[in-house]
Amino acid sequence: MKSLEELMAIRDKAKASMTDREGTGDGIRVVVGMATCGIAAGARPVLNAFVEEVAKRNLKNVSVAQTGCIGMCQYEPIVEVFEPGKEKVTYVKVTAEKVSEIVASHIVNGNPVVDYTVGAVVKD
Amino acid sequence: MYRSHVLVCGGTGCTSSHSAEIIAALESELKAKGLENEIKVVKTGCFGLCALGPIMIVYPEGCFYSQVTVEDVPEIVEEHLLKGRMVKRLLYDETVMKDEIKPLSETNFYKKQKRIALRNCGVIDPENIDEYIAMDGYQALAKCLTELKPEDVIQIVKDSGLRGRGGGGFPTGLKWSFTAKNNADQKYVVCNADEGDPGAFMDRSVLEGDPHCIVEAMTICGYATGATEGYVYVRAEYPIAVSRLQKAIEQAREYGLLGKNIFNSGFDFDLHIRLGAGAFVCGEETALMTSIEGNRGEPRPRPPYPAVKGLFAKPTTENNVETFANIPQIILNGAEFFNSMGTEKSSGTKVFALGGKINNTGLVEIPMGTTLREIIEDIGGGVPNGKKFKAAQTGGPSGGCIPASLMDTPIDYDNLTAIGCMMGSGGLIVMDEDNCMVDIAKFFLNFTVDESCGKCTPCRIGTKKMMEILDKITSGKGTLEDLDELERLAYYIKDNSLCGLGQTAPNPVLATLRFFKDEYIAHVVDKKCPAGVCKALLNFSIDADKCKGCTACARKCPAGAISGTVKNPHVIDTDKCLKCGVCMDTCRFNAISKK
Repeated sequence: MKSLEELMAIRDKAKASMTDREGTGDGIRVVVGMATCGIAAGARPVLNAFVEEVAKRNLKNVSVAQTGCIGMCQYEPIVEVFEPGKEKVTYVKVTAEKVSEIVASHIVNGNPVVDYTVGAVVKD
Repeated sequence: MYRSHVLVCGGTGCTSSHSAEIIAALESELKAKGLENEIKVVKTGCFGLCALGPIMIVYPEGCFYSQVTVEDVPEIVEEHLLKGRMVKRLLYDETVMKDEIKPLSETNFYKKQKRIALRNCGVIDPENIDEYIAMDGYQALAKCLTELKPEDVIQIVKDSGLRGRGGGGFPTGLKWSFTAKNNADQKYVVCNADEGDPGAFMDRSVLEGDPHCIVEAMTICGYATGATEGYVYVRAEYPIAVSRLQKAIEQAREYGLLGKNIFNSGFDFDLHIRLGAGAFVCGEETALMTSIEGNRGEPRPRPPYPAVKGLFAKPTTENNVETFANIPQIILNGAEFFNSMGTEKSSGTKVFALGGKINNTGLVEIPMGTTLREIIEDIGGGVPNGKKFKAAQTGGPSGGCIPASLMDTPIDYDNLTAIGCMMGSGGLIVMDEDNCMVDIAKFFLNFTVDESCGKCTPCRIGTKKMMEILDKITSGKGTLEDLDELERLAYYIKDNSLCGLGQTAPNPVLATLRFFKDEYIAHVVDKKCPAGVCKALLNFSIDADKCKGCTACARKCPAGAISGTVKNPHVIDTDKCLKCGVCMDTCRFNAISKK
């Protein structure tokens, strides 16, 4: 170890892989339905896509968690996004491909992707 | 990138209740479910709540599973890690709220704690230097070597008000400055990890949970005092601590955080481990250094103090594990950060190992000035089985006890000394009404009699004489004069012993004599043991009204001391009775009592 910069580089890299141990705090919570119905519909790749996207963009204050069955099994994989002080947004029939769009538009820029939400899909 | 981290305690407490097997089962179960690339299993140090071990925390939810068994693992993997449904029956009751779980930091056990020395224990993987660095590890060292002069480092430690956590309470900064001002071709840093008090495991937990902070702190101490070599003297009975410390030293060498020219500053430092063979006296600083030198662990007279002539007759700074564990945080956050906690003359926090008659057995770190009542009732969850708190023993065989009447004393070095007690290294053994204080004093004295190295007469023979008097008292042959003689001997040994072992050995007797003289008098005058512990003073008897004549006790009695016919009250022959208590445990009608 020859410099502080060298140490800080190791620190940042290691810290990024440990963020989920800090708990959720008041950040945004992404919750993926992972009951039997969700898993059968392909929730695992969706969950992993969220984890990777959040890590890739080095987003602080965002946690990705899983939950059980919400009760609308026909619309799985279902993803809920909780933002402090805002109404929860529920995405349905999410695929790994839709994840980067949801992260970019909703989580980073604050604009929910209305087309994928339960409101839009169920109306059809 | 892992989506979930599962932290399993790998401290000695949880390891002894099979946490290593749990980790192995978890890993194979995750593999079977194809989750090994999504979920990371981390073996950490002690979480503190040892009573509920083995402990497992699953992040990001932060849910706290307690008393996990190997059989629970498939359910945790299937339900929680695969499907995201927490296994409610394993959750720590206090964290369960209606629809959510409460963070651990809001439970009674953790709420009043302030973790400085233990900050990384149960949070990081102690065998991974990167995780320590992620928690700002080695930044304090970098700051010292690149920005601060050695005298600045000492000034910060002085200003922080940190005092020796091994029990003595000597100001750490002052100690460092003594070594710093002595010129020599070689100086040493020594870490005392020879934690020998019965019931104490603070240092073990720090070494197991956060070994890198000791490596970092000792290197800082080396820089501040001009030492280039350090020794950690740790008990061989701490195999997990030793192996993690060894790994930490190797990793630090690999990263160039130990060795030559650290941070390009021209400063060299390296560390060695020496194993203690389990002699209590080797926790005394001069005996410890004698032992490192390869000799029989016996103390030597002071002066000369270690700062002048210590290890290998060179100037040496010796600190306890917990003292060192505070150093990186003090350097990083400043003296102000540290002395803003605690009381005026005792800044910062203190780690205590809670044991004995208490619900939450474990490890706690509290700001100085917290009262014993808060530790026992709030953090410790009180005394089990509805029994009454009687006293807390602090400082092990060198310490005293705090009786229930002084429970509201804010705990710091000076307050405890003022009430005739001492802080000690941090063992805190809780006693209830079923503990006999004379017996407790005898237990600790017995320990020091065994552990006296025999070099000086007051300690070698004096403690043995005290032990004989205590034996006499507990067997019902004591007199009031014996109590006076006990006290006289105690002060004589304190004043004339060579080292800390002898100087403090009479403390448990003196403290119990001070606060529980009535119990001594009951033993001596009334020939009774009020707590029902000292066998020679007990008589077992059967209450004829309660006895149903079931014959269960008579059949169990190993001495054949119980006689009687079926359905008629039985009688104990006190001449034959061995006072083993088997009859009392056997009786289903509560008819047998001991007095």
